Amino acid sequence: MAEIIKAKEVFRFHTRLHLTELTGLRAINLSQLVELIREVPGSSIYHHTHRFLQQHQYLSPEPPNDFAYWVSEILGEDELGERLSSIDTINYSTIRSLRDRIIATIEEYLRSNPLAKMKFAREGEEFYFIKSVSFILPTDYTANNLREFTDILKKVTIDSIYFHIFESRLRLEKNDNDFSNWIGNSVGNKSLAEKISKLDPYTHTLEGLRGNLVYMIERELSR
Amino acid sequence: MAKLEEYIPIVGQSIIDDLRLLAKRLEGKVVQHINSTAVGGGVAEILTRAVPLLNELGLNTKWDVIKGGEQFFEVTKKFHNALHGRAEEISQRDFDIFMEASAENIKGVDTYGDIVFVHDPQPIALINKRAENKWLWRCHIDVSNPNQKVWKFLMDFIVKYDSAVFSAPSFSRRLPIRQFLISPSIDPLSDKNKELPQDLIDSVLKKYEIEKDKPIITQISRFDRLKDPVGVIQAYLQVKKYIDCQLILAGGSARDDPEGMQVLAEVKEKASKDKDIHILLLPQNDIEVNALQRGSDVIIQKSIREGFGLTVSEALWKAKPVVASNVGGIPLQIKHKYSGLLCHSIDGAAFAIKQLLNSPAYARKLGENGRENIRNNFLLTRHLKEYMLLFLSLYHPEDVVQL
Repeated sequence: MAEIIKAKEVFRFHTRLHLTELTGLRAINLSQLVELIREVPGSSIYHHTHRFLQQHQYLSPEPPNDFAYWVSEILGEDELGERLSSIDTINYSTIRSLRDRIIATIEEYLRSNPLAKMKFAREGEEFYFIKSVSFILPTDYTANNLREFTDILKKVTIDSIYFHIFESRLRLEKNDNDFSNWIGNSVGNKSLAEKISKLDPYTHTLEGLRGNLVYMIERELSR
Repeated sequence: MAKLEEYIPIVGQSIIDDLRLLAKRLEGKVVQHINSTAVGGGVAEILTRAVPLLNELGLNTKWDVIKGGEQFFEVTKKFHNALHGRAEEISQRDFDIFMEASAENIKGVDTYGDIVFVHDPQPIALINKRAENKWLWRCHIDVSNPNQKVWKFLMDFIVKYDSAVFSAPSFSRRLPIRQFLISPSIDPLSDKNKELPQDLIDSVLKKYEIEKDKPIITQISRFDRLKDPVGVIQAYLQVKKYIDCQLILAGGSARDDPEGMQVLAEVKEKASKDKDIHILLLPQNDIEVNALQRGSDVIIQKSIREGFGLTVSEALWKAKPVVASNVGGIPLQIKHKYSGLLCHSIDGAAFAIKQLLNSPAYARKLGENGRENIRNNFLLTRHLKEYMLLFLSLYHPEDVVQL
């Protein structure tokens, strides 16, 4: 078994709780959708690409984002829905770049399928733009080494895992997730940090992600 | 009344820990809820359960009720219907009556809270006495298509609040103040939702002479055209052609509601020739409603309009497969084909019911997903968390708040 290395800095687990803010903005067809995607605040793009993940985290992986879901289920544009849900969110380190990709995907589709502009949502099924307001709080959990880290990882809320893996990287515009940052820089285990960075968290449920992280770290500890 | 500890086995220790963490950030603040009635109706029901729990968390929470005479409440009932989009004659006299009663309340009600949380239109004018404290307005009504005259009248008050709260995105409109989405919730420990032993469920079915020999489809709703009970019977008849099943339509007494009596008579007439249709009047019997939901194979909610549709949450919490109309707050609770089936018509409802009855494994999966969705998003504990976040948002205007 590997020697337990004390980290240079203690890792404090935070949690993120969110409140949903309404904008009063709604789209009835693809033209309006793309126009509003351009205008709305970044916190709205963030909400619609990540809400499903947190709200329906018990479901199977590959959670669709709200844009993909609406385009497929309400407008019946399955192909565009597929293109939107397969945008590789993990490749985007800012909301700005993710927004640009979504806009380009819809515009590209509209250029080759101009009739798609003629599809309208029924009353009550419009796309309602919403924002996420995040409240980030430190928890009482701190880890000095990987053993303590993985023990805590097993019991923190999924909100905490969500914050360190998704929100911190994309919304706070850090280049990597918090776990990889700490394991690489503070514990000094670059290879484990890299393995965690390579994990595509968007294709796991949050509980699945927790299980995977615990497994990877415990395997490392048992070497 | 249930204590916080009792929710731990249902939602987990960490959720309760989060609530305590948030309550600490609000230490020293007094939150004052104000509505128009201490008993009866959804708002009072939620406050009855939420206020003691918030106090247990250490958040100083008070609840006051405004006064109003018969005329005032007749006017506010008219406002309520008009906001729901029903045709109502609203006269200047009605607005005058509203303002006279509001003036009395402005004089009589002490708005001492650091945060004053006003529920629904009845006490809305209290905002005219706002001082340095924070004010919230919670709209529990479906205002997706409101009567413009009433809405404009209310807007003069709404804009003076710090923030407004709605139950569904479709109820929001462009406002100059912040507006938040907070859905209602169910209490998993209430009589309507708590676990029941199988023999109690069986005894309730037996009491109403419902055999368990064929699948049971159930809609729990008052007898109201907006709940489309006749449409439910038509959907059932379509299913019955292929699958021998039975239907329960159960709801509260309609004795003091002339339109309700008429709807009930129509429903009874439609059902008269079929011994497999059970029409049950259940005046405020939460345990029996709970048992009927648990004893059913498919729950239907074929509403034409719906504020939020808490009967859907109740059914999903019991892991029942649900077929429901895509209206009001229902699509927030059901993601089509993930946690239930949404429909737009009688034919669609019938098709969905057949699918569920013929594919029990699929039905079971939807029910299980539905239960998890309710556990994560529509239980009272989530409601408490969001109320506390809402209070914190009054002191933090930014989108990412570091506490």
